[in-house]
Amino acid sequence: MELVCPAGGLPALEAAIDNGADAVYIGFNDDTNARNFGGLNFNDRSALRALERIRSRGRKLFVAINTYAKPGSFSRWQAAVDRAADLSADAMIMADIGLMEYARDKYPKLSLHLSVQASATSVAALEFYRRQFGIRRAVLPRVLSLKQVQQLAAGSRVELEVFGFGSLCIMAEGRCHLSSYVTGESPNLNGVCSPARAVEWRNGANGLETRLNGVLIDRFADNENAGYPTLCKGRFVVDGKRQHALEEPTSLNSMALLPELKAAGIQAIKLEGRQRSPAYVAQVVRTWREAIDEVLQRGADFLVKERWRGTLAKNSEGKQTTLGAYDRPWQ
Amino acid sequence: MQLALGPVQYYWSRTDINQFYESILSTPLDIIYLGEVVCGKRHQLRAADWLELARTLAEVSDKQIVLSTLTLLESNADLNWVRKICDNGQLLVEANDMSAVQLLSEARLPFACGPAINIYNQRTLSHLMSLGMVRWTAPVEMSGRQLGDVLNACGSKPEVELFAYGHMPLAYSARCFTVRHLGLDKDNCGYRCMEYPDGLPLFSQEDEKLFVINGIQTLSGEPVNLLRHYPKLRALGIDILRISPQWLRMEQVVAAFDSARRGELNPDLLPQGVDGYWRDHAGLELIARSGADSTDGCHT
Repeated sequence: MELVCPAGGLPALEAAIDNGADAVYIGFNDDTNARNFGGLNFNDRSALRALERIRSRGRKLFVAINTYAKPGSFSRWQAAVDRAADLSADAMIMADIGLMEYARDKYPKLSLHLSVQASATSVAALEFYRRQFGIRRAVLPRVLSLKQVQQLAAGSRVELEVFGFGSLCIMAEGRCHLSSYVTGESPNLNGVCSPARAVEWRNGANGLETRLNGVLIDRFADNENAGYPTLCKGRFVVDGKRQHALEEPTSLNSMALLPELKAAGIQAIKLEGRQRSPAYVAQVVRTWREAIDEVLQRGADFLVKERWRGTLAKNSEGKQTTLGAYDRPWQ
Repeated sequence: MQLALGPVQYYWSRTDINQFYESILSTPLDIIYLGEVVCGKRHQLRAADWLELARTLAEVSDKQIVLSTLTLLESNADLNWVRKICDNGQLLVEANDMSAVQLLSEARLPFACGPAINIYNQRTLSHLMSLGMVRWTAPVEMSGRQLGDVLNACGSKPEVELFAYGHMPLAYSARCFTVRHLGLDKDNCGYRCMEYPDGLPLFSQEDEKLFVINGIQTLSGEPVNLLRHYPKLRALGIDILRISPQWLRMEQVVAAFDSARRGELNPDLLPQGVDGYWRDHAGLELIARSGADSTDGCHT
């Protein structure tokens, strides 16, 4: 089982390598990747240094070019593929059909991983991308129960990677327009969800308010932790009831399912968080390294250690974690 | 331009569905999409029932009948449902997920791509056309300018359809938000979404209607309404305008669009809604009451 870890910069990449990542995924610093945040990601020079660090330690480098190429700007996405190919990255993580066609035609030897942004949830969808573009691996959306993941793994002809830990998208990835509906910028075309430029924190008469492009996302009492105003984790009113109508601020943590995921033949575990600090990456990667080593040794006798649970909770949104869609009652 | 009725997003009873399509037959719509597109648990009509309804409609009317497939597939049972629709042997299928694209292209059948398929550029469009796509409904978040960019870059293009009126499907989840609101769990949902024939509105704490909850789907709080942009839509080369079904006043919406194509455009017939996406803005931006043309995002 491969541990695939995030890096938004060289320090995070070093932290991931030092703490046991088998592979690190990065993106270029523009809208060709799904974590297009200011001050984050790699230019040509830092990407080259990332590659050198990866090669000297015998790990793998994946490059995420996983947004959809904007009409009229295809050349920028094409250039990102060229840059990743020039680096001789171990794989490119992609979602756009036109772009995968380009990559397959021009660099037939380069490994393609299907990004979670392509939202492939059935054997037939996986087969589409395998036949058309020869994808080696697919990252599964965070919308499947454990049983559904097992079902899919049994029929899949490509390697499967699933999310282990990090921010929880509760919508099928690549098919969520909530952010663009409210802010005009979307994960698919801009590589951002609830973009920072649209966020406001304001102390009002009714407590601290968070807004996105002027829309009230939540209002917090003095004793409440105010979270980043992500649309699916706001407090809204449905039928007169004020509630986290979609989801509470929480992070995904599937560590308890490691034995089942391994038995199902899942080849890789992905940690989310290219926007996180090197310290976060270090702690989370080390914890998962230990857990994966333990499950490889002990198999079904694997148990989540309290210490691991504590570290992950501390690094979670709202200080809490969930099994998310893996666990049927959550759905 | 042709007028199409999109698939019903909500869970209506079998009787209501039958009555709805019967009432639609007398409208000037040219194309009718039908089938379950949101939740594989909904069972008032199963795949075989939708096929039967579609065939009946195709027999009694001269409208084009198209079968739409599920958008988010979560199990082999869902995939089997999609397979039955794709194997119908007679009617065009609208793929709403790559599973259906795979099944249809493998069978060398022509297909339409619905708005949840991520086609954002000309190269993706061409690739899918080479596999048999004959009609494309653009993603709801695409602007007029972007759509123009794609179409201008196309040598040959499919029939182009635009989601022109109705609450826009914005997101799909494993979680059912209707049962979450009711405090139930999904495995014992009681099919309660049927109690909300136009979904369950979600407001901000300042009473702004943001979204509509519809089972595992989240729709826009306000309907998109591109009626006033009709001349621009036509000039851009759009072939078909899609109107999304709603519980009430369906005929009024169809009539307003039908007037526009007969040269009697009157935006006041249908004043409500948003058009931000079309104008390259946030989707929820309300239709500008004056000067709409000067802020129009379509510069092609």
